[in-house]
Amino acid sequence: MWDLTAVALETAKLRGAKYTDARVMHLRQRDLTTKNGQVGTLAESESIGIGVRVLVSGAWGFASTDQLTREGVARCAAKAVAIAKASALAKRGDVKMADEAAFIDSWQAPLEKDPFEIPLAAQLDLLLKADAAMRTVKGVTLTETDMQFRRIDSWFASSIGSEIHQRKLISGGGIAATSFRESEIQKRSYPNSFGGQYALAGYELIESLDLLRHAPRVAEQSVALHSAPQCPETTGTLLLDGSQLGLQIHESVGHPIELDRVLGQEANFAGTSFLTLGKLNTLKYGSEIVNVVADARLAHGPGLGTFAYDDEGVPAQCTDIIKDGRFRGYLSNRETAKLIGLSRSSGTMRTESWNRLPIIRMTNISLKPGSGTPGELVESTDDGIWMETNRSWSIDDRRYQFQFSTEIGWEIKGGKKVRMLKNPSYSGITTEFWNSCDAICGKEYWTLWGTPNCGKGQPMQTMGTGHGAAPARFRNIKMGTAFSGH
Amino acid sequence: MATNNRKAELGSLRSPRDLKKIIDLVLRLGRKAGAEETEVQLDETIDALTRFANNAIHQNVAEHGVTVSVRTVVNRRTARATTNRLDEDSLRHAVESSLRLAHSQPQNRELLAMPGKQRYRTVNRFSAETAAVSPETRARAVKQACEVAIRSGQVAAGIFSAGQSQLALGNSRGLLATHRQTHAEFSITMQDHPAASWAKANSGDVAKIEPLALARRASEKAKMAKDAQELSPGKYTVILEPAAVLDLVGFLFYDFAATALEDQRSCLNQRMGKQLFGKNIAIVDDVYHPLQLGAPFDGEGMARERVRLVESGVPKNLVYSRSSAKKASKKPTGHGFALPNEYGEAPMNLVFGGGDSSVERMIAGTDRGLLVTRVWYIREVDPYEKVMTGMTRDGLFLVENGKVKTAVRNFRFNQSLIELLQNVQEMGAAVRTTAEEAFEMVVPAMKVTGFHFTEPTKF
Repeated sequence: MWDLTAVALETAKLRGAKYTDARVMHLRQRDLTTKNGQVGTLAESESIGIGVRVLVSGAWGFASTDQLTREGVARCAAKAVAIAKASALAKRGDVKMADEAAFIDSWQAPLEKDPFEIPLAAQLDLLLKADAAMRTVKGVTLTETDMQFRRIDSWFASSIGSEIHQRKLISGGGIAATSFRESEIQKRSYPNSFGGQYALAGYELIESLDLLRHAPRVAEQSVALHSAPQCPETTGTLLLDGSQLGLQIHESVGHPIELDRVLGQEANFAGTSFLTLGKLNTLKYGSEIVNVVADARLAHGPGLGTFAYDDEGVPAQCTDIIKDGRFRGYLSNRETAKLIGLSRSSGTMRTESWNRLPIIRMTNISLKPGSGTPGELVESTDDGIWMETNRSWSIDDRRYQFQFSTEIGWEIKGGKKVRMLKNPSYSGITTEFWNSCDAICGKEYWTLWGTPNCGKGQPMQTMGTGHGAAPARFRNIKMGTAFSGH
Repeated sequence: MATNNRKAELGSLRSPRDLKKIIDLVLRLGRKAGAEETEVQLDETIDALTRFANNAIHQNVAEHGVTVSVRTVVNRRTARATTNRLDEDSLRHAVESSLRLAHSQPQNRELLAMPGKQRYRTVNRFSAETAAVSPETRARAVKQACEVAIRSGQVAAGIFSAGQSQLALGNSRGLLATHRQTHAEFSITMQDHPAASWAKANSGDVAKIEPLALARRASEKAKMAKDAQELSPGKYTVILEPAAVLDLVGFLFYDFAATALEDQRSCLNQRMGKQLFGKNIAIVDDVYHPLQLGAPFDGEGMARERVRLVESGVPKNLVYSRSSAKKASKKPTGHGFALPNEYGEAPMNLVFGGGDSSVERMIAGTDRGLLVTRVWYIREVDPYEKVMTGMTRDGLFLVENGKVKTAVRNFRFNQSLIELLQNVQEMGAAVRTTAEEAFEMVVPAMKVTGFHFTEPTKF
């Protein structure tokens, strides 16, 4: 592929580009689903092409093509240059980028079992068995299971001399049972909603989920929720499981720290951020036990935000975002880092595919663990509500006010989970919420959750992000508002 | 708007003859590989998008891509493989992958044979002028829009996109369907710190998009959005501009799929034929409506039919794929997704019956209420009562005594769509509308009583 990236770099240079990067990407994906004991989706796809980004006359241009011949790539690079020249017609200054070194490297994410080598019949058999196990529970009206595998090869070359090949393999899967009765639809999912758990791992991830063991419980809970009392509308103590906390981190920390949002570059679509530049190092984002990092390094774990280099050729890094409760860092790229006076990008430029421009994306945005077990967390809570597995999520376009609902809740009285609650929800203001955190469980209960469906950018790009979290407790939280008045 | 003609630079879609060649080749490869039936779907897209922020272009992209998707059937088993490589070896590999996937599963006794040749109504949705929009044309329009912001001391952000696409579907039973269309879109957010407002338009014809007018409208509204006051949560009469209506009701229509009712995940379970909405609500799915875009056939190659979903507030009809139609002893309506899938079908070309009011008249006739420009980050809280949560965005205004009085801080809402459509007091003319959460529809502005706002935010 390097001969193709070389054609792109050379063509762009000859046409006046001051900086060029070119990325060939080859993506292969397998999707399997079942519904009510029947195979639903059964599909494989592959896509290969090149995207060329150029800086000409101080402005950006990007073009992509699936014509992977020397002529096709040269035409694509020439088009990128023409587009950049058009961009310069409406510029207000020249783009400048923070310095970065050139790297020549090849990296492959570790995996134990290549899912594309596992017989399809075995994968389907597992899903159909889990589906059947859920349907044995009376009152279940819809059962769904899924697996997805994605292999991504990228060959990145830039005019500063980098040549980086990376191979990543992503696996994901989960199950869900739905029960319709009278005027209510209740659903339970495992290990997470909206497709389950995803990680930078092979088929060993699917095996570790033990879907068959959890299937009957998931189904039974979906039915039992009909008989559970409604989550009350109250203000009090909230305990969140790790998967819901992962999404809370995603929405109320991960997005507001994106420097492109902060600088207004996403104002028309994804929105802006309350984390204006003056808040860096001054804002008390959370309580003193709240420590959040953006960590793309493999050492952090096999997350959907793990890589060796970002899609701008910057090495993976760990950046303090919140340290001892204080706001300490943004997610940046080479351009935005330069704009706010940072010496280096934090390495968060990522792209969905060869035909999309890399943009600032979350890597693994994780809440560091505290201490203690979930059992101890409950035991030390006199009166509260435990909520788990996301059902809905929403936050305003500056990331202040949020509301989440979960699939299931548990009332806690006197240090014990006393009864199941249906339709739980909670809401609040981002910084008030994180400042109310008074306990986070220990490392043994910390999971690096995968969020495979984060949308951003125009044209829209979907990206996987990682969020490490252990169950945690928050005081004085508004709960039950979503269902008030209905 | 004016465009220059630089088609060669922008690239052009493959000719119908080229498409047919590819389809015939794949069908031949399917027969050779032992497929009992083969279906080929070919999608080609040429798209370009100029993105601006802080009163300047900051991203500017173009793409040209094609995918060939192959579905084979063998012994009542089916599966799909997709590639963007068009050489014969790659297409053969896709056919073989599809067959390998198909062989790996149990038999599906409900799997239907592929449909044969169908007849389609002609729709013309290709504008040569739109296909020829150049980066310079987009840049000049963006520059003009940004100058509106600069003159007003505001900051503009948005997009201007244009493109062309084509879709071809063929199968081994003789079905062949093709469609090509163009599209253009301009969206602008004007920030007048700390306020903002927004305007957006989308059409198959770039000549119908007026970037400068949209910029001026967003600019004026951003000025009005300053000095927002916080109001108490509660139930309010709201005047929903078409974009707000679109993004709310957009969450209702997957429930009109026959498969969703069969799965008991639709809010219409046990509610078909009942007076669910107000008597003033009428909704059809109509791909042939002059304000709609899209192909006259579905993912199975069936001709799309006009379906009256709601008449006088009563849900009357569902949409059907071939499979769900057979189960319900109905005729397919041409709304099926490409197989195999688990969702069946959905209406994708919604057209609401409008009214004879307008936003201005709704304001003039309101003693106290809120004018909503658009809504944001909408998610489903209760799937059966269809309670949706979300935020207002880019311009929320208090209306008192028939006039817009002041800007209001944005609210979170938790609102049942069923109740919303029971409480519509007035409607404007239905117009082609685009926003961010739902696909484009033809919807009116609406005046609705008892809209439930639950919490304010900080701006």
